Amino acid sequence: MLELFMYGIVLGSIISLGAIGITLVYGILRFGNFAHGDLMTTGAYIAFFFVTGPLNWVGIPDNMFGPFSFGWRMVIAFPLSMLSVGGVAILLDRILYQTLRNKEAGRVTLSMSALGASFIIRMGVLLIWGADYKFYKPGLIRPALELPAGIKIRPDQILILIVVAILVTAVHLFLKKSRMGKAMRATSDNMELARLSGIEIQKVIYYTWGIGGALAAAAGVLYGIDVQLHPGMGWNFLIPLFAAAILGGLGNVYGALVGGLVIGVVQQMSTAVLLPTYKPAVAFIIMIVLLLIRPQGIFGRSSR
Amino acid sequence: MNECWRPIWVDRTDNYILKVEDITVGYSKIDILHGVDLLLRKGEIVSIIGPNGAGKSTLLKTIFGLLKPRKGNVFLQDRDITGEKPERLVRRGISYVPQVENVFSSLTIQENLEMGAFTRTDDFSGRIEEIYELFPVLGERRNQRVGNLSGGQHQMVAMSRALMLDPQVLLLDEPSAGLAPKFVSMIFERIIDINKTGVSLILVEQNAREALNMAHRGYVLTTGRNVLDGEAKALLANEEIGRLYLGG
Amino acid sequence: MQIGGILAYLVSFAIMATIYAVFSLGLNIQWGYTGLFNIGIAGFFAIGAYMSSLITMPKPSGTYAEYVDVLFALNLPFPIGLLGAGVVCGIIAYLIGIPTLKLGEDYLAIATIGIAETVRLIFNNEQWLANGPRGLAGLPQPLSGLVEARFYNYIYLMIVILILVILYLATERAIRSPWGRVLRAIREDEVSASMSGKKISSFKMQAFVFGAMVMGIGGALYAHYTKAISPDVFTPLYGTFIIWVMVIAGGSGNNKGVILGAFVVWAIWIGTQFITNFLPYTLKARAPYIRFLIIGILLEIILLYRPRGLLGEEKAVSRMME
Repeated sequence: MLELFMYGIVLGSIISLGAIGITLVYGILRFGNFAHGDLMTTGAYIAFFFVTGPLNWVGIPDNMFGPFSFGWRMVIAFPLSMLSVGGVAILLDRILYQTLRNKEAGRVTLSMSALGASFIIRMGVLLIWGADYKFYKPGLIRPALELPAGIKIRPDQILILIVVAILVTAVHLFLKKSRMGKAMRATSDNMELARLSGIEIQKVIYYTWGIGGALAAAAGVLYGIDVQLHPGMGWNFLIPLFAAAILGGLGNVYGALVGGLVIGVVQQMSTAVLLPTYKPAVAFIIMIVLLLIRPQGIFGRSSR
Repeated sequence: MNECWRPIWVDRTDNYILKVEDITVGYSKIDILHGVDLLLRKGEIVSIIGPNGAGKSTLLKTIFGLLKPRKGNVFLQDRDITGEKPERLVRRGISYVPQVENVFSSLTIQENLEMGAFTRTDDFSGRIEEIYELFPVLGERRNQRVGNLSGGQHQMVAMSRALMLDPQVLLLDEPSAGLAPKFVSMIFERIIDINKTGVSLILVEQNAREALNMAHRGYVLTTGRNVLDGEAKALLANEEIGRLYLGG
Repeated sequence: MQIGGILAYLVSFAIMATIYAVFSLGLNIQWGYTGLFNIGIAGFFAIGAYMSSLITMPKPSGTYAEYVDVLFALNLPFPIGLLGAGVVCGIIAYLIGIPTLKLGEDYLAIATIGIAETVRLIFNNEQWLANGPRGLAGLPQPLSGLVEARFYNYIYLMIVILILVILYLATERAIRSPWGRVLRAIREDEVSASMSGKKISSFKMQAFVFGAMVMGIGGALYAHYTKAISPDVFTPLYGTFIIWVMVIAGGSGNNKGVILGAFVVWAIWIGTQFITNFLPYTLKARAPYIRFLIIGILLEIILLYRPRGLLGEEKAVSRMME
């Protein structure tokens, strides 16, 4: 049971990264980005491309670090992927969502376009890499460490927790201390007033998508390291991502963090009685129950 | 009461900092203001009073570029700023405090001020300290979330945010709205303090008596038109105004 | 190519297009007229298909019974299957609607995605229900004894067209009634609609249920055409997304429009097959992805440049609003 809990935390931390992206975008644009899961997929596969492609050709060594399942290539590919997907997210907004916003399209049109984008991304991945499961390092045997209290956890998973902690702390510091971060919080709080104060809303929007996309990429790569890559991986995360963001209160970054952990743990513990394939359904039930009894989430919305 | 006074200072308009000329503006098909004029001289406090729905807030919004007038012009000194967007006007030295939702409630006082100064590229910590001298209460609580503050403090933050850019002109939309009486007089005292630092102000107020008390000049608007204007003291002494708008 | 071959091809095209037109009608009732953002069509598609199959299937016997595990198999005639599909979908829509219809648009969308996924997961994993991932096969077809097997599709085409016409007339009737006016009012502005004194939630529920029943019937028609179904048929792409593309392309809020949209989009879908036939052999396996990519891009282009679709919303209906 404790092991399920531990793995739930690991899974939950991955969900948190994605949920933070969703909640950031929602806080500023009041828009649920249904393509976010597929941004995770994009991140995972871009890293895959770098690891098996350019970094391979350039001759970066393939050896793994100690007990971990990755080596220098992933260390370089990880931030590259985050950067790329940050860019993809900004492009997605610029080309698609922004154009629709300028035409004063309704919420449903925007959501439909996001859905379309998610399918386009997924088909793209399927076209380039096919439908088979892929691994960053195929054929690995990944031994588990044994920690006190008899918990088995893999070194990779400990690292996932560390990486998530670092990323979340970075986001926190950015939002709290930097000028742009405060501007993002201000815009999420009261966009009209932000405009009146001279804050460049367009820049805020770019930063939001950039950060959201980068975090989604990180989540995708971490999941790929931990489990595997397949083209539908992001779509399967969509419901847990939204459930976590809603649980924490849409627009509330810290809520999304906690929400992700909660969803991860509950999903994982549910495998004690349900088949693992039902995990998205579990997240879904939690979300429905939440929407019925406390739609503003545990921590409430960030504003308005 | 339907005479239209023409302002007596029409000859001395070269001394103005803000001039509103013959503004007609409205939302979709309905006009709210019909040919409204207003003048603000440097260093003045001008109060706009009148019944609800007279278009007072609309006038401020038009000056600040939130609404584009169908007819008429707004001048900042000799520059025509009619219809210029708020983001540009903020850089030209006009600041605006809306009536509602005029603070970032989830940010601290300090952060609200920093956001007010967003467009500044210089070191504005000196300005922040000046503001805290003007509003010591805010200085004491600078790291508190604005959402947790009282109504009066709320308003002080709203005004302070707008002051961070050292504006020449400050537009205030019903600064005393919804405030408990003890805060009302405090806010008005602060407005006079702000004026003493050299900021020219246009004030829209429901509280007509107080608004005229602290102003140099006043304008009375009814159903979107100038009805009367003049020295504030003269308006206060005016019997009709007293009966209609000053309550008693 | 012989006439016979071309004709047979056109008939199968027409049958599928008509079935998808039925789905489009259902979505039009929910979204086009009432503004309910249902991205879980695949769920009702699946339930309708499975229900009708289970109702009309003969009980598995002999060695066959060892491979097939179903909750029930009633061997009843086709119309009962259709009816059952519609009714069960209606009931399930009602149950789903109770918690979800009061949510805002965005929330309803994500909730319906969840529902469709959950339905698929259940059918896939609960073997005892409908044979799990293996699905059901050998589904009976109505009036199959009437003609030779190679001419059967003509009969089926007439059946589905008949049903489409019935549903179309029923829907048109409903939309032009006072009931339909309330639906349109809800879609335009829920707040003012609720001030008219009518109980908005029941209208939304009625539209949701009505639309779901239509979708269920569509699912049944699909099952009896393909004679075999399994959970991986009812994917978000094939069972939900493509129908949305049809409704948007045709013109949501216009029954004729969405039917036209169904035919046009299905034609494009089939058309992409011809394109991918020219692909080099190595890429052939990836043909479906290219085809869906084209559909996805098509949707984005429509949303960007002609969101009202081919026919746009019905003028008569918008006149009702004035």
